[in-house]
Amino acid sequence: MMDTLETKRKFRQVGTRPIRPDGIDKVKGRALYGADVTAPGMLVGRILRSPHAHAEIVAIDTSAAEALSGVKAVVTGRDLVAQKDDFFRDIQENCLATTKALYDGHAVAAVAAVDASTARAALKLIKVTYKQLPHVTDVDAAMTPGAPIVQGGRALETVPKGMSANVTNQVEFGHGNLDAGFKQADLVVSRSFTTAAAHQGYIEPHACLAQMNADGKADLWCCTQGHYFVRTTCALLLGMEASQLRVTASEIGGGFGGKTVVFIEPVALALSRKAGRPVKIVMTRDEVFKATGPTVVTSMDVRIGMKKDGRITAGEAILRYSGGAFPTGTVEMGASAAFAAYDLAAVHTLGWNVLTNRPKEAAYRAPGAPQAIYAVESVIDELCQKLNLDPLDTRLKNAARKGTLSSYGPTFDDIGLVATLEAAKKHPHYKAPLGKNQGRGLSAGFWFNFGGNTSVSMTINTDGTVSVAEGNPDIGGSRASISLMAAEELGIPYDKVRTIIADTASLGYNENTDGSRVTFAVGMATIHAARAAIAKMCARAAAIWGIDPEAVEWVDGAAVPAGPNAGKFPPMTLAEIAAVANNTGGPIAGHEEFTADGAGVSFGVHLCDVEVDPETGYTTVLRYTVFQDAGKAVHPAYVEGQMQGGAVQGIGWALNEEYIYGADGRLQNAGFLDYRVPVASDLPNIDTVILEIPNPGHPYGVRGVGETPIVPPLAALSNAVSHAIGLRMSSLPMSPPRILAALSHKG
Amino acid sequence: MQYAKPTTAAEAARLLSAASGVTRVLAGGTDVLVQLKAGMVEPDLIVDIKHIPGIRTLQAEAGGFRIGAAVSGAELGEHAALCAAWPGVTEGAQLIGSKQVQGRCSMVGNLCNASPAGDAVPGLVAANATVRVEGPNGTRDVAVHAIPASPGKTTLQKGEIITSIFLPARAPRSSDAYLRFIPRSEMDIAVASAGVNLTLDAAGTITAARVALGAVAPTVLLVDACAKAIIGTKLDATALAALEKAASAACKPIDDKRGTIEFRTKVAGVLARRAAVIAYGRAGGKL
Repeated sequence: MMDTLETKRKFRQVGTRPIRPDGIDKVKGRALYGADVTAPGMLVGRILRSPHAHAEIVAIDTSAAEALSGVKAVVTGRDLVAQKDDFFRDIQENCLATTKALYDGHAVAAVAAVDASTARAALKLIKVTYKQLPHVTDVDAAMTPGAPIVQGGRALETVPKGMSANVTNQVEFGHGNLDAGFKQADLVVSRSFTTAAAHQGYIEPHACLAQMNADGKADLWCCTQGHYFVRTTCALLLGMEASQLRVTASEIGGGFGGKTVVFIEPVALALSRKAGRPVKIVMTRDEVFKATGPTVVTSMDVRIGMKKDGRITAGEAILRYSGGAFPTGTVEMGASAAFAAYDLAAVHTLGWNVLTNRPKEAAYRAPGAPQAIYAVESVIDELCQKLNLDPLDTRLKNAARKGTLSSYGPTFDDIGLVATLEAAKKHPHYKAPLGKNQGRGLSAGFWFNFGGNTSVSMTINTDGTVSVAEGNPDIGGSRASISLMAAEELGIPYDKVRTIIADTASLGYNENTDGSRVTFAVGMATIHAARAAIAKMCARAAAIWGIDPEAVEWVDGAAVPAGPNAGKFPPMTLAEIAAVANNTGGPIAGHEEFTADGAGVSFGVHLCDVEVDPETGYTTVLRYTVFQDAGKAVHPAYVEGQMQGGAVQGIGWALNEEYIYGADGRLQNAGFLDYRVPVASDLPNIDTVILEIPNPGHPYGVRGVGETPIVPPLAALSNAVSHAIGLRMSSLPMSPPRILAALSHKG
Repeated sequence: MQYAKPTTAAEAARLLSAASGVTRVLAGGTDVLVQLKAGMVEPDLIVDIKHIPGIRTLQAEAGGFRIGAAVSGAELGEHAALCAAWPGVTEGAQLIGSKQVQGRCSMVGNLCNASPAGDAVPGLVAANATVRVEGPNGTRDVAVHAIPASPGKTTLQKGEIITSIFLPARAPRSSDAYLRFIPRSEMDIAVASAGVNLTLDAAGTITAARVALGAVAPTVLLVDACAKAIIGTKLDATALAALEKAASAACKPIDDKRGTIEFRTKVAGVLARRAAVIAYGRAGGKL
């Protein structure tokens, strides 16, 4: 279902910046996160993980662990229901391996014990007999003939014969005649790029509490980006009916896509079922790094042809992505997004996903797009440099607009790229002087955004307040945004609305908090729910006045007679109607269950200044400005927060963050000391400029904003560093040893 | 696991000597507690030395300073006289960890953790500091440089603990500096580091120098060739180039997740040169 934009609407609440309803609890430490829930008789669950990158599991002997005093249950892969469907079987195998350990940290067994030290001791008593197998962690190496096969028989029909069995799918996008396009070019630049796997780096480790009763009914509390998906998956893996498992989402300390998946929840349920007691599992940071989702690791080739005037004549990208030991479709996102910002006559992208002995990839803000766009935006920057063209003018010249046939198929409706580029061009940052060893980089970025299945319920309380129940964990302040939209539509103050995240038994299915969908889709459902409630309130007023319900309309939070023919009655406010509701027909509520279509794509442009110390390769980010189209910023402070947060995560990814594997295939840096996210003192203030080019698919014009801001930083940083050192960088992260090595080889 | 809280150094030594299993000495706990939590070590006995008299005292002694083993980085940083006399030593100590860690961490803990990358150690070695060791066989004073044996290991004998550090009296026109390289701006482990301690004559010529390098060998290096490269000079460009070259030449680093051999070798030279410039300026020299 798609809505039409109310172009003339004057907003009263939407666009303001009230304080977030969850703020005080979080600041005071009272908010209940995944690890904060307890139950009487609760046991401590812990997971045994493979120390090998690749090994056959010959046997698991749990008898000694089971015999240890204080141990109440031990489970292995056999305790989960074997799944037939590939998608769920991969999740099942990732939660507890049955036949092969596919990466360092892969779960193989778990215990529940009366305390943590007993659980730790029990893990040491589980005897796993492994037969070590050759491993591969490098994406290019995994594609070569003779590479160790991570999993055989997983290739889709799209993969040509003769490729390594590690290649699981092939995707292609594009249009036009590439050869003719390159012939028209005055300059063609080809370059290869690599990016490292980056972790989402959320502060809160995965945590859950599972309680399964003897009658098979279960409750699960967990930190997740989507408790409905958790319910679906756990019900399958435990062989339960969905109605018997109620999942409640805790407050969430960051997710960024990495909590759209299931790791410990089925294990905790299996342990609880066996032990007959509640079981809590909280991952250590080491486990989070080793066994939860980082991004894909990539190797890419990009070729772009350009005329002297800056017009791109052809663009080609070949992407090799690895999402670890299980097939993933992320390369399709990369191949779709690579050239999405440009209006091109000839464009072609080709991508493969490749299996490696790394943890199963999980989504990370705009999964797959930052890497491909990094490669494309780097080559465009190099072309501008070599043809002596202004990089913003060049992007404007090629920018996709309304009516452009996109590189991945659809034709764009109203989009904000040109406005965003023009805002960057006008901004004082773009012309600010630079000093010695300093460079400026820019990049455009794009993300599709998503809508999806959504369910919202709204209750008009008799005291004139409104309760909104929605089913998407609030990561970026969405409860405030949902309340704002409810207040806007109903015409009541923001503080009369409280929005809560309901459990899986209380609403219809809600997709994960992902795809930048919540403010868009849940917001739209809330608007619809409010309209349903308004219709009921108008009917109550009509009944009280003795006129037709059609003769009543809703104006500024009150029912009023529609026009002079309807009769003369003073307006009845929401509170007045609510106060008598129980005597005029009963409780008043509105709800919506639908599939939200019409998520508008979002573009951003980032400008970045850096200074590089030529003697150490240390990069200081001096200045950073984010320009992004939000459609309509419902709560501008949270839109800015998304823009800043995405930029910061991208800066970390560009400069220092990476999964480092040893020759033994084991992860070398499973902690925040050596997996280097930026600390506050590493960063300048991230300046933000919000553009509002309304999304025609939403009544208020809202576009998702959460993912686009991590797309441009990789190229913006790489382009800035390349200008500062006078050398094109083509590998991320640009850690000081890499920059210094590049400089010394330049001579 | 046993936890003991002795009130004399002799009692601490006795407990540690008598213990049969794995022991750990606890002062600020910024290494020990982290290792415990990560499951890296499961000690049978933890001896908390914070209740030994004098262990948390910082006082003047013989024109220098005696610093108790459990004096925190934050306390060092608030001691104006110490910071004025030994700015390189104190800035090194204050680079350990975060603001919160600074409230607990000690230079002696940093030394006894025996990481080649410890931020407090190069400055102390350059300063020619000594430590007071108390153990089953009595008390001895040892050069800081002689304490680290290899990564994670010290030359301390079973039952021995360090109770204090002594920084000697300063000659006029002396100062020091410490620089480390980390890929971030704080809260990280040195990839390479350099401590430089200098004394000048009235004309600005360097009469004494000690240069120590961290994270470029199994233990902190005291590099005589670096000292020779600048003694007798006014730290002109030639002297600085010679210092940098001597520092890089002394490096015996490893390749690991934090840096390459090539990187550490080059950057250690750069840091030695830059630290020398800072120390020279602090000692009153004009470049």
